[in-house]
Amino acid sequence: MPGKLKAKIVAGRHLPVMDRASDLTDAFVEVKFGNTTFKTDVCPKSLNPQWNSEWFKFEVDDEDLQDEPLQVTVLDHDTYSANDAIGKVYIDIDPLLCSEAASIISGWFPIYDTIHGIRGEINVLVKVELFNDLNRFRQSSCGVKFFCTTSIPRGYRATMVHGFVEELVVNEDPEYQWIDRIRTPRASNEARQRLISLMSGELQRKIGLKVLEMGGNAVVGYLQCFDLEGESGLVVRAIGTACTLEKITSGSAPMCCPLPNTAPASNACNSPSKDGKEPVFGEDLPLSSGPPTPFRSLPTSSSSPPPFSPSKLCSRQSSSSDTDLSLTPKTEDPQSLRCRPGIFLCPRSPILSTDTLSLPGSGPGGCGHGSAPRATTSPLPFFTRSDSALLRKSVSFTENLLLAASGMGSGGSAGKEAGPLKTLLRQQTQTALEQREFPFFTLTSFPPGFLVHVGGVVSARSVKLLDRIHNPDEPETRDAWWEEIRQEIKSHAKALGCHAVVGYSENTSICEEVCILSASGTAAILNPRYMREGCLDFGSTDHRFEEPSPPTCGFCHIPYDELNMPFPAQLAYCYQCRRQKVPDVLFTTIDLPPEAAVTGKGCLIQARLCRLKKKAQGEVNATAISNLLPFMEYELHTQLMNKLKLRSMNALFGLHIQISVGENMLLGLASATGVYLMALPAPGGIQIAGKTPGDLNNEQHISTIQKRINDTIAKNKELYQINPPELTEEGVGSPIPEPRQRSRLFRSHSESSDELSELDLSHGKKDAFVLEIDDTDAVEDIHSLLTDASPPSGFHSCNTETMPGIYNWTTAIQMFTSVRVLRLNNTNLTNQGLNKIFTDLCENLLKSFYFKLRSMIPCCLCQLNFTVAVPEEELVQVSVTAVAMTFDKDQNQEKPLEKSITKGGSETEEQLQFPLELCADSSSTSSQPFSRISVSSLEHCSPLTDVRSRSLRSSRSFGGSSVTTVKMTPLSFLPGTRIIKYLGIINMFFIRETTSLREEGGVSGFLHSFIAEVFAMVRAHVAALGGNAVVSYSMKDCVLMENPNKNQAQCLINVSGDAVMCVRETDQEQMTSMTSTGQTCSSTDGAT
Amino acid sequence: MAVELDVFVGNTTIMDEEVYQLWLDGYTVNDAVKVRMEGGVLDEIEASADVLLSDTMDQYRTFQMCERLLHSPTKLANQLLFQIPPHRQAMLIERYYTFDDAFVREVLGKKLSKGTKKDLDDISAKTGVTLKSCRRQFDNFKRVFKVVEELKGPLVENIRQHFLLSDKLARDYAAIVFFANNRFETGKKKLQYLNFQDFAFCAGQLINNWTVGAVDNLVEDMDVDLDKEFLQELKELKVLITDKDLLDQHKSLVCTALRGKTKAFNEMEANFKNLSRGLVNIATKLTNTKDVRDFFIDLVEKFIEPCRSDRWTAADVKLYLTHYTNSAHILDTFKHQVVWDRYMGVIKSCIFKMYHD
Repeated sequence: MPGKLKAKIVAGRHLPVMDRASDLTDAFVEVKFGNTTFKTDVCPKSLNPQWNSEWFKFEVDDEDLQDEPLQVTVLDHDTYSANDAIGKVYIDIDPLLCSEAASIISGWFPIYDTIHGIRGEINVLVKVELFNDLNRFRQSSCGVKFFCTTSIPRGYRATMVHGFVEELVVNEDPEYQWIDRIRTPRASNEARQRLISLMSGELQRKIGLKVLEMGGNAVVGYLQCFDLEGESGLVVRAIGTACTLEKITSGSAPMCCPLPNTAPASNACNSPSKDGKEPVFGEDLPLSSGPPTPFRSLPTSSSSPPPFSPSKLCSRQSSSSDTDLSLTPKTEDPQSLRCRPGIFLCPRSPILSTDTLSLPGSGPGGCGHGSAPRATTSPLPFFTRSDSALLRKSVSFTENLLLAASGMGSGGSAGKEAGPLKTLLRQQTQTALEQREFPFFTLTSFPPGFLVHVGGVVSARSVKLLDRIHNPDEPETRDAWWEEIRQEIKSHAKALGCHAVVGYSENTSICEEVCILSASGTAAILNPRYMREGCLDFGSTDHRFEEPSPPTCGFCHIPYDELNMPFPAQLAYCYQCRRQKVPDVLFTTIDLPPEAAVTGKGCLIQARLCRLKKKAQGEVNATAISNLLPFMEYELHTQLMNKLKLRSMNALFGLHIQISVGENMLLGLASATGVYLMALPAPGGIQIAGKTPGDLNNEQHISTIQKRINDTIAKNKELYQINPPELTEEGVGSPIPEPRQRSRLFRSHSESSDELSELDLSHGKKDAFVLEIDDTDAVEDIHSLLTDASPPSGFHSCNTETMPGIYNWTTAIQMFTSVRVLRLNNTNLTNQGLNKIFTDLCENLLKSFYFKLRSMIPCCLCQLNFTVAVPEEELVQVSVTAVAMTFDKDQNQEKPLEKSITKGGSETEEQLQFPLELCADSSSTSSQPFSRISVSSLEHCSPLTDVRSRSLRSSRSFGGSSVTTVKMTPLSFLPGTRIIKYLGIINMFFIRETTSLREEGGVSGFLHSFIAEVFAMVRAHVAALGGNAVVSYSMKDCVLMENPNKNQAQCLINVSGDAVMCVRETDQEQMTSMTSTGQTCSSTDGAT
Repeated sequence: MAVELDVFVGNTTIMDEEVYQLWLDGYTVNDAVKVRMEGGVLDEIEASADVLLSDTMDQYRTFQMCERLLHSPTKLANQLLFQIPPHRQAMLIERYYTFDDAFVREVLGKKLSKGTKKDLDDISAKTGVTLKSCRRQFDNFKRVFKVVEELKGPLVENIRQHFLLSDKLARDYAAIVFFANNRFETGKKKLQYLNFQDFAFCAGQLINNWTVGAVDNLVEDMDVDLDKEFLQELKELKVLITDKDLLDQHKSLVCTALRGKTKAFNEMEANFKNLSRGLVNIATKLTNTKDVRDFFIDLVEKFIEPCRSDRWTAADVKLYLTHYTNSAHILDTFKHQVVWDRYMGVIKSCIFKMYHD
């Protein structure tokens, strides 16, 4: 159904000189949407043209509105020759399609040219008028909100979490089309930018449709990626978590109360007719209490329309992986659906107990069945290999050394004999969740109580050979690949006794025709109640469930059956509740749950690894890679474990393992945040053992190393303030009765088990972690272990949302992106040599950050996100995006009762190098120069007040208005502020190319200005939407290709995030007035 | 193994004031690293020389990218490429336009042309200011000159508006522009003892009193040229020295007033005619461009040097000039009081400033 898109071109400024003779420019603008183009008049001889055009109106389908960007091209009029393009602006109008997001786009946009970069700015106004669409057969999904944030967005409540959504579209890469041989680099770049913009629009629309079918209204944790497969094409894929979100209206009581909702839900459970959906979690809740969306009258009935593959799709060059857009589970039979209530067999949910009545019948039976699948997987190998039908070997690996305990936690009554019940429950929830194709969640942070138990990290990798996508309309191959991997993840999770995977993410690494697909997540047991009628309130201010909330240690308890463990592990009774079993270490991909009890601070822990491989082609290459993968996983894991112990910590959060493939090497980088969880046993030390015990020299050497290690551990304990309460061994409960050497065997990473058990005896007690020095490799390992520098005093670092142990953030933040590329000139490098180089590269980067940000001390680098790549044979590239946040040192020991972040005093801010100016007079709309506001805002900030304010009244300086300050952060929040509005998703893709690399300051100069330009464009778009910050910002891709000999370079950058409007926490009163005037961000007063 | 690429970009542009100063001073990256190392920045935080080098490179690149914007500072406030808090923008601009007194002293009054630019090597060698820094300063002078040359209205205000400079710096630039425009000779040996601030003060006096804009603020005209009409009128002052009676009368009036008030009275009395001739001759010759250029050298030769050789104190000079100016008002036949005041007001304050004990 149609919508009306209106655009108005107001003015330009700082345009480049296009006519050398007059030093001026005759600029005009073309505005294009779909196939319609409008032009403004030529504004002759001006570098600051005022077009003040009429409103250009486009009447279009809302489907197009979702897919297409508005394209604004600024040109220089030339009477005799062709008009020269100055540059372009692509405006994504998606945010305007959702009533809750932005209502108008208005502001100055940088005019971007792929060859010259930013060339001046243009002021554009865009509006959309939508007509309500009641057509249930529609292909558009306007109104579905998208969030990059991997938690429930602030200010919203999830009335239901529906689950995993994924989509994938493929196309030919314009750069590899025949036409590319005859067109200019500019045309080629623009074709690519435009195509990717279209593809991501289409992808988002299709994901939106899936969400609507599931009955949701939003996607949280939306993660979109590009795979530049070169010759074989271009893949854009996305995953996310479908939810039904409801805006929390401040002050008023939550509108959705649990009871009315259970009624339809339970009905649904008993009615097989509803099985058109794939719901388990997702009964169609009528959005009665939801906020008004333009299309809230979407069909909620489950009799969904027949699959629909309209001609529209074919007209595009790309198409979705499953043209069948309906989510009807094809294989599911009503029988299995009836089992659904199983998920509600939760001893602590009296409300739902009626639903569970039907269960006991299937329960005991299920118990037996339940163990069956586990039996097959229980002697779980370190990695499973399976030759995929397609040929390439697929390798996967479960982090099976990471365990978690089971039990319903708090229940209390369950106790030790909870075994059968547990199994039963697990069994049933499992069956329920198993009905969903993939019980995956891209969320990494959950409200208390949602996460019942965590099993450990599950990951799978697969090596594929790319071949040309012959028919873009049938991207089944790529889809099948991912399907395969997801199945594997699912089975790993099952082996860990878990029914769901949280903190789930997918990525790829491509080199020539070889592609490594990776997926990882954390196996977990979730509280089904929350997926049903519960509310994922953020901030958990109101606990509307009467039952006692589960103990804070619950998530650490193992989810699997201790007698029938999927893999050997050492268990102990939980150090907090002392009722349930916990593993000795816990690895996860999620953020630290807010309720978790932690002692001391956390820190960033990285494992880095390089492996050389022979250059090869095709299948040989793919096989070589897949043979290397398990060893890399294993070594990375060992490194992580060693480093964790060295820091005297027992758990990793936010674990992200990236394996990158190059022509002659593989790079592995694992990053995580280590913490000491109170619920888990204290980590043992690290023991060094020599291979030949008789050798005296050797023994001396060993004892020195041992001493160094012990010293380091002691030092780290102090550094990270790890002071766990002393516990008497006896009180904790006797060690688990289980074959002892079995666990030893697995926990020490040695090739020879005999030696190990011997050592084991000598070191007697508990959990000494044994490192063997039997060759140079091991010596290197130990060296690298000890050379990892800890951050200088005043600094902390982590790769999670927030730093465990720091709660009182002040308002100063600095987001940054850093890229470093090393050229390895030495051709005959060894693995050790490479490891050293790679480790130094990462360490030096961190040191650089600490130095650059020293003025912010005390400060913490949060969400440190490292990406590695091997762009060329001899090159290693590391890109990092992170945010530095200051905190108040004095009170950092105590966790404030309130979860809200303490805001910093104004005087602290004065001292900071980068004070947060929330001030943002968005006078962007006014083309008038020197608005009064801007002067006053300057007066507040500038020490040279009089001078500046007076000078701004210049008659010649145009648009004296200062630019809106836009904060950017990879986190989901800004300390000291409150997000009052989400304005839409930012998802931008840019290409920059140069043929004058030297003149632009070499490759560093080129990339430096490109990154600065990308930031500028993101900020401009956010400001135009009326926002003043970007949260959950990430740079997904930074692909750099250079040819210094030809003086050329090209770079592609993809960034995403959520545009928001936020106010200081103190200014909440202003909030109401703020929201009404969509355009104004926090006012000038707010900043002062 | 070599670092092929190394960049760090902050959403808020990171700029270290110390590095900025080193960049402005024309240090190469390596020299800047040395200076920073000696400054002990590494001790603050455990870091190595590599880190310092990488940081310095990043900052130098940032400054180079910003330089284009600093050339037209008004753009800095509304450009989108760099997010810089307003007070730091002001710092960047102010520092960029700040110059070395030693350097400006060398080019003051010279034509801001390519020819002068070629001499910058010599100036650099002489003053110890790096060539790079000399170029920046020279280009700043030239740029400011070019912009305000064609503008109407008060000079200082124009500079302040277009370059967003502080009041003090804007005044200094006004002086530089004024000197360059009138090509005042400042390089002669006899003038070497004067520093830039002395000249800047004099320029301020001239701008405020002797230009067209000085008489009537409503007349929007150039501040950089002297008021031709006024210069013409100055010829009339000649009577003070050509008319013997007037000269004697003037002398006796001044001497009466001065008697007993200063130790240098005898010298004053003896030199009166010489000094008066000197000052009035300067006035009458100002219609010639050549003589305008020599204005300061004339002041020194015709007035300051004789006084100094007679060991007048600054107070003596002040006393003498005050009475010299005021006594002319009592002269019955002297009709050019207004012109006299306008002339002597400036001369008086210039000499006060230029007379170093």
